[in-house]
Amino acid sequence: MAEMAVESDVMDAAGPYDRAKALSAFKLGDVTFYWITRACAISVLLILGGIIISLIIGAWPAIREYGAAFLWTQRWAPSADPPVLGALGPVYGTLITSVIAMAIAIPVGLGIAVFLTEICPIWLRRPIGLAIELLAGIPSIIYGMWGFFVLGPFLANNFQPFMISVFDGVPVLGTIFAGPPSYLSLFNASLILAIMVLPFITAISVDVFKTVPPVLKEAAYGVGCTNWEVVRNVVIPYTRVGVIGGIMLALGRALGETMAVTFIIGNSFKIQSSIFAPGTTISAAIASEFAESDGLHQSGLILLGLLLFILTFFVLAAARLMLMRLEKKAGN
Amino acid sequence: MNFVRTVVAAGLLAASTSAFAADITGAGATFPFPLYSKWADAYKKETGNGLNYQSIGSGAGIKQIVAKTVTFGASDMPLKPEQLDKEGMIQWPQAMGALVPVVNLEGIKPGELVFSGELLGDIYLGKIKKWDDPAIAKLNPKVKLPSDAITVVRRSDGSGTTFIWTDYLSKTNAEWKTKAGAGTAVEWPTGVGAKGNEGVAGNVSQTKNSIGYVEYAYAKQNKLTYGAVVNKAGKTVQPTIGAFQAAASNADWASAKNYFVILTDQPGDASWPITGATFILMHKDATDKAASQEAIKFFKWAFEKGDKMAEELDYIPMPDSVVKQIEKTWASEIKS
Repeated sequence: MAEMAVESDVMDAAGPYDRAKALSAFKLGDVTFYWITRACAISVLLILGGIIISLIIGAWPAIREYGAAFLWTQRWAPSADPPVLGALGPVYGTLITSVIAMAIAIPVGLGIAVFLTEICPIWLRRPIGLAIELLAGIPSIIYGMWGFFVLGPFLANNFQPFMISVFDGVPVLGTIFAGPPSYLSLFNASLILAIMVLPFITAISVDVFKTVPPVLKEAAYGVGCTNWEVVRNVVIPYTRVGVIGGIMLALGRALGETMAVTFIIGNSFKIQSSIFAPGTTISAAIASEFAESDGLHQSGLILLGLLLFILTFFVLAAARLMLMRLEKKAGN
Repeated sequence: MNFVRTVVAAGLLAASTSAFAADITGAGATFPFPLYSKWADAYKKETGNGLNYQSIGSGAGIKQIVAKTVTFGASDMPLKPEQLDKEGMIQWPQAMGALVPVVNLEGIKPGELVFSGELLGDIYLGKIKKWDDPAIAKLNPKVKLPSDAITVVRRSDGSGTTFIWTDYLSKTNAEWKTKAGAGTAVEWPTGVGAKGNEGVAGNVSQTKNSIGYVEYAYAKQNKLTYGAVVNKAGKTVQPTIGAFQAAASNADWASAKNYFVILTDQPGDASWPITGATFILMHKDATDKAASQEAIKFFKWAFEKGDKMAEELDYIPMPDSVVKQIEKTWASEIKS
C-alpha cells in the first residue's frame, strides 16, 4: 500500500513542467531525513560525553588527592582527617558478585531457553515464558526486600552452614566458604543478581534460538542427532553472537545493579576471603553514602562512579572484541 | 564541583518536591521527619499554613540551606560556630532523640543486659568476638551468656544516627576514636551494614546473637531487646524519657556558642548517654523574609504546643530553659 501511495504521488508530480521541482522536493526530504537521523545518533555521543565530563569534574578533587593509589587502596575512612578513600573494596565486590551471578545465571538462563524452544510441550511454553517476563518486570527494590527478609535468612540458616561444613578444612575452598553464616553477604547478593539477570539471558536466547532455520535442525535430527547434539552443534553455533549479546546485557545489569544489592550485600568495604562475608559494590557504596557526603568524600564517591563507567566500558569493549574474533573465525 | 552540587541538589529537589505547594519549605535529616510532618499537619489544621519538609538526609539538608533553596535546613549534626558565621546562619536544637543498643539473644529480656561505652566500642571494633567474653560477663554477672559469635549490625547509609553513635563511642573508647572516629559515615572495622533504622532493626530481629543500634522509637515499635548503659557518672541507666531529658537538662546550653552541643555522654546520675538533638538551620538575613518569619512562627508554635505530639512519637521535647534561650536568639538574630 505504502509503495502504491508513493507511486501515485510521483505520477501526480510527473508533469513535464514541475519534474525538477518534484525531484528537488524529494532531495530536500531526503537530506532532512538524513540530518535528523544523524542528529539523533550524534546526540547519544553528546549525552555520553556530557556524563563523562561532569563525572570527571566532580571526581577531580579526589583524583588530585588520591591519584592512581585510589585503585589499590582498601581503606575507606570518610571521617578520618583528611579522609582516606580507596576503591579496592567496592571494585572487588562489584567484580566478584558479577562473576558469581553470571556463573549461575548463564547455565540456568540458557537451560531455560533451550527447554522453552526445543523440548517444552506447547501448553507449558506460555506459563514459563510469562514467568520469565514477570521476573524481568519486578522492581529491584522488591528483589532487595525479598532477599533481605526471605532469601538471606534461608541461605544463612540452611545453605551456608551446609557449604561451610562440607568445605571445612579443604584448602582454598575452605577459605572461600568460611563462616560465620550471614544474612547479608557477597554470595547472597550474587544470587539475587543471578535471578535478576536471568530474564535478560533467557529472553534474548529464546528469540535468537527461534531464528535457527528449521531445516538445519530437521536435517540434524534426520541423521539421528539427539536433542543435546542438535542444541550443542546446530543451535548454539548458529546463534552464538546473539547469545553472547544477551549475556553481555545481563553482565552490564549485574555490574550496575544498585538497590537490591545495597539491601543484601552487607555494605562492608573490607575485603574478606569468604564469599559468605559482607562486602560492597561500587553502586551500593554510592547509593548508601551519597546523600550524607560532602567535599572530598563526595568527590571520592563520584570517582567511584567514574570507575564503574570505565569498568563497564571495558567489559563491553572486550565483549565486542570477542564477538569480532568469533565472527572472523566463523567466516573462515 | 559547584556544578555537580547544583545538579545533584536540583535532582534531589525535583525528586522530592511533592504535588502541593507549601508556604514554608524545609529539607534535611530523616530522623525528625515523622515529628516534623506530624507537627506540620496539626499546624496546618490550626492556622491553615502549610509546611513542606523533605527528609533527604542531614548533609543534603545543609547543602540545601546553604544554597538557599529552602527556608530552613535540618541536621542531626550541629554545624561549628565558625561555619555558621561564614554562611550567615543560625542554628538551634528543635527536638531530641536517643539511641539504644539492641540485641537478639535468646532468653534475655529488655533492659537486662548492661553495656558501657568502652565495651560497645570494643564490640564494634571487633575486639570482642563472643558473647561470653569476660568483658561482657564482668558487667553482667547474673546473666547467662551464650558462647556464640557476635554479629555486629550497623548503618550502611550515612546518617545522623550513626554520627550520634560513633560520637558516643569516640568519647568513651580511645581506640575507637583513633581507628574509626565520629561521623555520619565512618570506617567500620567490622559488621554488616543495613540501610536505615528499619534496616538495622529488621536485621537484628532476624539474626540470632546480633547487636545493633537504633533510635529508641524503632526499638520500642519492633519490640527489640534493648540494653542498659553505664553513663558518665558510673550509674547504670535504662532508656526512658526521663533519662533522655536528664541528659539534655544537664548539658551546658547556656555557654555553648550557637547551641553547638553534642548531647552524648553528658554528666549527671540520671543521664542516658547516647542522646542527640536534631537541629534547625536558617539564614539570619533570608532572601524571602516572609517565609523565614513564617518558619519561626511554626517552630515557636511547635515548642509551645508540640511537646505531647513529640512524646507520642518517642521524641524528647527540649527543656523549657533551652526553649527560652532559643526564643531570645530568634528575636536578636533573625532579620525581618
